[in-house]
Amino acid sequence: MDPRINAIDLRLKSIKEIIAVMSGKGGVGKSLLSSVIALSLARMEYKVGLLDLDFHGPSCNVILGVKGLSFIEDKGIVPPRVYGIKIMSISFYINEEVDYLPLRGSDITNALIELLAITRWGSLDYLIVDMPPGTGDELLDLIRFVKKFKTLIVTIPSRLAIATVGRLIKLLKESRRPILGIIENMRSIETDLVKNFAKEYNINYLGWIPFDPQVEDALGDVDKLVKTLFARKVKEIVIKNLIDSNKIES
Amino acid sequence: MHEWALAEAIIQSLLNIANEKKARRVKEVGIKIGELQQIDIEAFTIALKELSKGTFLEGIEVKIKEERASFRCRVCGFEWKLEDIRNEIGDSEKEYIHFIPEVVHAFLKCPRCGSHDFEIKKGRGLWISYIKIER
Repeated sequence: MDPRINAIDLRLKSIKEIIAVMSGKGGVGKSLLSSVIALSLARMEYKVGLLDLDFHGPSCNVILGVKGLSFIEDKGIVPPRVYGIKIMSISFYINEEVDYLPLRGSDITNALIELLAITRWGSLDYLIVDMPPGTGDELLDLIRFVKKFKTLIVTIPSRLAIATVGRLIKLLKESRRPILGIIENMRSIETDLVKNFAKEYNINYLGWIPFDPQVEDALGDVDKLVKTLFARKVKEIVIKNLIDSNKIES
Repeated sequence: MHEWALAEAIIQSLLNIANEKKARRVKEVGIKIGELQQIDIEAFTIALKELSKGTFLEGIEVKIKEERASFRCRVCGFEWKLEDIRNEIGDSEKEYIHFIPEVVHAFLKCPRCGSHDFEIKKGRGLWISYIKIER
């Protein structure tokens, strides 16, 4: 038997709330949203962790502009703390000059179990998990190994994107994982597409964020990032709901 | 010490198994350790002893076996062992593999065709191979 699985509960037991940010498709802003949520919570003096589970495209480190970070080895791995966030990413275990990590199903599962089993988060108010897109191994494994987590869904207002979100919601509901709600990102025209979709699937529509051209220039610069319209909107519509999560959990 | 975290996982598993089987005492455990993860067996054993103190696992006999690591290329089918290429892996890379063995896919490639798409056939991680209990 694999003993690591029994260590996962032990590592997560002092975390009050685990929130996994997910979507059906890539490129809709999951990593940006995860990073900015973590940043906003940290600036409000909550104890926050950020776990990047997108093994094939980790980018929270790029968004927050953290390079050359190293973890502390102390009865496991203690995640480094930057901008008040304890951060863990597979990218810390790969040399910067290596640009890809080709992993298949069982390797993904093993890497995910290992990360969860050895990372010592300590006590946290929130652990934000940045997920890869879709309903692949990482999500199935998160459902399998992490007993209690809530989900936050992000999409762009496109029929292509929301079709895949529908499948994701079905999986989450069947797995009895609470959905905090859906956020519409990169809106550039007025549309009720996502709002109507949320109604159809009986999930909370948390609000929309306009397409913000300033974000690209702010990537890697936290001070600039928090001043973007994107970050201000995230703070306004997400943090308000997350902090009073009972309100949206009903 | 990362070995401590792995030892904690073993102890927690043994406690769960013992509870499930209504064991009065756990006499012996067999643990297999994969070569790829380069676990410091001495540090690991010390951690196991420390962590078992004050539990009904105290005094448990621990038998550790190491399993050699080998790989098989998914593209050309070539098979090779870690010992054949050990010197080609740098120290920092070895350290990363120690923590998350799967990152070996970033650092190693098939010695015949150069593909990174290979299978870790043997010698990854650690697991409990048997346990002897007293009821």
